[in-house]
This record gives sequence, structure tokens and C-alpha cells, in this order.
Amino acid sequence: MNVNVYDRSIGSRLFDILNIVFMVFVVFVTIYPFYYIAIISLSDGNAVLRGEARFLPAAFTLDSYKLVMENPSIPRSLLNSVLYTTIGTLVNLSFTALCAYPLSRPHFSGRKFFTWMVTITMFFSGGLIPLYLLVMNLGLLNTMWALVLPAAISPWNMFIMRTYFQSIPEEMYEAAIIDGANDLQILGKIVLPLAKPIMATLLLFYAVGHWNSWFDALIFLDEKSKYPIQLIMRGIVILGQFEQTNLLDAASDFVVIEKTLKYATIMVSTLPILAVYPFVQKYFVKGVMIGAIKG
Amino acid sequence: MKSIALEAQKKSVAKTKKKALVKRFIRVYNRDKYLYMLFLIPFVYFVVFKYAPMYGVLLAFKDYRIVKGVLGSPWVGLKYFREFLSNPYSYKLIRNTVVLRVYQLLFGLPAPVVLALLLNELRSEKFKRFVQTASYLPHFISLVVVCGMIVTFVATDGVVNEIVRFFGGKPFPWLMAPEWFRTIEIVSRIWQGTGWTSIIYLAALSAIGPQLYEAAVIDGANRWQRLIHITVPGIAPTIIIMLLLRMGTLLTVDYQKILLLYTGATYETADVLGTYIYRRGLLGADFSYATAIGVFQSVVGLVFIVGSNWIAKRVSETSLW
Repeated sequence: MNVNVYDRSIGSRLFDILNIVFMVFVVFVTIYPFYYIAIISLSDGNAVLRGEARFLPAAFTLDSYKLVMENPSIPRSLLNSVLYTTIGTLVNLSFTALCAYPLSRPHFSGRKFFTWMVTITMFFSGGLIPLYLLVMNLGLLNTMWALVLPAAISPWNMFIMRTYFQSIPEEMYEAAIIDGANDLQILGKIVLPLAKPIMATLLLFYAVGHWNSWFDALIFLDEKSKYPIQLIMRGIVILGQFEQTNLLDAASDFVVIEKTLKYATIMVSTLPILAVYPFVQKYFVKGVMIGAIKG
Repeated sequence: MKSIALEAQKKSVAKTKKKALVKRFIRVYNRDKYLYMLFLIPFVYFVVFKYAPMYGVLLAFKDYRIVKGVLGSPWVGLKYFREFLSNPYSYKLIRNTVVLRVYQLLFGLPAPVVLALLLNELRSEKFKRFVQTASYLPHFISLVVVCGMIVTFVATDGVVNEIVRFFGGKPFPWLMAPEWFRTIEIVSRIWQGTGWTSIIYLAALSAIGPQLYEAAVIDGANRWQRLIHITVPGIAPTIIIMLLLRMGTLLTVDYQKILLLYTGATYETADVLGTYIYRRGLLGADFSYATAIGVFQSVVGLVFIVGSNWIAKRVSETSLW
């Protein structure tokens, strides 16, 4: 890149400075909303109402979190989300690998036809209503499988995985075939162990997708006891439905207000992502790079 | 005599051809049988969950009765399409969808390009990586959280109104105002997606050969000239591809986000085809009518993506197919 061809004119240097200022602004605008939510959720309600929490928590308290966790739907929906994310991601990864491996083998007869079959679904779909009726007719309404099966394979992720499989040198396959290995053994003993980095990336993509999804649960699930955290959070944060009628806890000197409670709910649901993000973000980027080079 | 011999020869050729075909079939089967075994589950998945719903669009041409199923319900032809196109509210839905989508593209497409170009100009690799890491984060935050942030930030007691009050203004219920809905949707969309989308352009930027820049420096090109004559043409194909991929979505906006943000007060600008399909189809159980709107959406989308690809082929070397 042009880092090694410096331009030392005044205009160029001025631009560098403005650019850095702009980037600092970008980082601030991105991070501050999360930071703001974090400090409000840790503050006393009265102090928030007085406008004291700006850059640091005012009158630090964990009362909002206590109240959030006392609401029985929250721990239950968190467990539901963990279950849906785990099962969903396992199904995603295994189905995607089963699809990607045959399509990555050059001699697989029918490969072209099957590749088209997958590609078409990236551009056409039956739409919302036919999918809903299908799930209904399969008897999956109000079950976990309605959230897991309809999106079991993302064609995009499948193509990323296939591209990675194709980058494994053909000699590895040839050697395995000479040793008498069949495709099941090649997939299990050679391809999958070599594909660990891409599996990690796609695992993260799929897991984040499941953790964050809410609409499938809205249309496919009826019972509140089965709701994932996102749907419960929608009720609390966006629709303003609180199960506790009394926000003021008599036993505490602190006051919990709607705002601190909403923000504590957001924190509880987003913490898993915020906690792992700095460590795994490079895997995300790797996945997109492979996808971008391919597409 | 000759002809008989010829006939016999032909027959034997046909026979050996047939034999070869069978042999080839057996060979292919033996070679690929495990691959077919592996592919069975994905195949069934695509047929059941992707292709069966495509067949379900027949609903749009039928008077759907749940007890009769798709096949048993009586045909009504284009009844629901006529109903949709003769309803004045449909035009408001189409207008809202197209206007929102065009604004999304108008502001949403250049933003990541600009960010990528500016990131590319940063001298410090470390600082660049830091900015990138921060800017990707919102992409991984759930829509419910992002919309929860919006709802609380623009509420009368939210941060936005605190700033307004600081400058002497009066608090305003932004989300209740139809004229502000699009702005809120698009600004938050840019906030959430720009960093992540810029990766694609950064990848394209890193593929531009350094020798081009070196040659330009020798020719005395300054930084601005290098940007205009090397960098921008270098990523132009990527920009065109990204634009083309979005052309088919002119009538499909992200209605999940709108469902979270709109209220009856903002239907005027916020109600789009997707949200209407959800309300009419799933909440109102008007399956055939809602499916007809969905078919209308897909057909228009198809026309647009084919049309814009045709144009792109003629005016540039880049196209989807």
C-alpha cells in the first residue's frame, strides 16, 4: 500500500491529522452508546434522573441487575437462548459441512446441478407466508426445531466453507485415496481437522445469528416459557412491559427506574457477545475475507 | 451382404456403447457413493425448506383454506393481485418501500467505501486495526438491542433530547414523527453496518498491486492523484458488484427492524410491503393475499436485478453473470 511512499506536503500532513481526528470520532460514536448503557445500568435511578451519569456511573449500585434477574422470564429465556444457540449451531455446522464437502470435490458427478440448486436459493425464496405454512404443516410450530431447521444451511457460509475445502492441496486427497480411504474417512480424518480455522469462524457467525435472532421466535413460538432472551428483551425495552409492578425496592436506599432497568436488561443479553468479541473478532474478519475473495 | 455386415457392426457398436455407459455409471457410483450419502441430508433440506416454499407461492393464485391445503384450495387466478393493485394503500406501501430503500442505498453504499478509503490512508497499522475492531462491533449486536437503544435514546427523556435541551430546544418525540422515521432508520443502519461492510472494500484495496503506486510516485503523482487514478478504479468493480447485488432488493427492505421501530403514528412513512405482509398474512391470517404481495415483490426484484445487470454489462466490464 501507499504507506511506504510518503507525501510530505503540508496538505497531505493536514489531511493525516484530520483523518486521525475523524477516526477518533468514529470510534467514539461506535463505543460510547455501549459505554453509556453500561454506566446507566450501574447507576442509581435518582442520580440518572438528575443527569449525573455521563462518563462514570453515578451512585454505583447493582440493584437494576438484581431486579432483572429476579424477573423469572429473564433467566429462563437466557437458558432457552443458550439451548437454541447450541443446538442450532451444531445443526448449522454439521449440515453445512455435509453440503460443502461433496460440492468441493471436483469429480462429484452432479456437482454443477447441485451447486445451482443451492445458488438459486440465495436469490429466490417462497417468502414469509409459505414458509410459515410449511413449518405449521410439518408440526414444528411452538417447538425449538422451528428456529433451527428452516435456516440450517446458509448458502453464503456454505460457499465460504467449500472455498476453504478446495484450498486443501489435492495431493492430500490423492494420498488418502491410495491408502484406501473413502470419502467419509477423508472428511472425518483429513478435511475437518485441517478446516478447524474456518469451522471456528462459521461457528461464531452461526452462533451470533442464533443468539441475536428474535423474529423466528415471534412468529413460530406461542408460549412465553419458550421465548429466547431477545423476544423477552423486546417486550421490556421496546414495548415497555414490566412484570414487576413496583420498581421501587423498599429495602434499598437506591431507586431503580425504567431506564436503568431497560439498560441492565440490554447488558445482560449483550454481555456474552461483548465479552468474547475482542478475542474472536479476527476469526470473523477471516471468514469475510475468504467470502470476499470468492465472490 | 455389405449392408447386413454394416448393420451388425452398428448393433455391436451400440451394444458396446451401452455397456460403456453402464460401466461408467457403475464406476461413478462406486467412486461417488459416499459423497451422495453425505449430500443426502443437505439435498433433503434444500428441497423441503427452500423449494417447497417456492411451490407454496401457488397460494397467491388460490383461495387458500387451511383444511383443504394448497392443492385442494380453489383457483382464483389473479384475483388477489387485482385486489392489491386496486387498493390505494398499496401505492403508499410501494412508495414507502422504494423511498426508504433508495435512501438506504444512496447513503448506505458510499459510507463503507469512504470509511475504507480513509482507513487505507492511515499511516499507523496499529491505529488502523484498532479503529477497524471498534467499527465492526455494532454488526454483532442484536437488532432488538440496537432498536432498544434507538427507542430509549430518542425518547423524550433520552440523550438526544438532552442534547436538544442543552442547546435551548424543546424535547421532541422523534419516533412518533413520520417525517423523522426514515432518518432514524438510515442513520442507525449506517452506524451498525458501515464498519463491517468496509471489510469487503479493504480486501479489494489490499489486492491493488504496490507497483502501481510506486510507478505513480516516480511519475510525480501526488496523494490525491494516486487516490483518484489508482485506488478508486481499483475498487470500482467491487462497488459495482455490491450495487448490483442490492438492485434486486428495491422492494425488500429490512422489515424486521421496522417492526421493532414503527408505531401506528408512523405508518404514514414506515409501513412497507414487508411489514404489511406480516400484519395481513400472519396476524390477519389472510394467507393468499399476503403471498400475492410477496410474489409481486419477488417479480419486481427479479426484473430489477436482471435489468441492472444488463445495463452494467453494457456500460462497464463488471456484471453478476
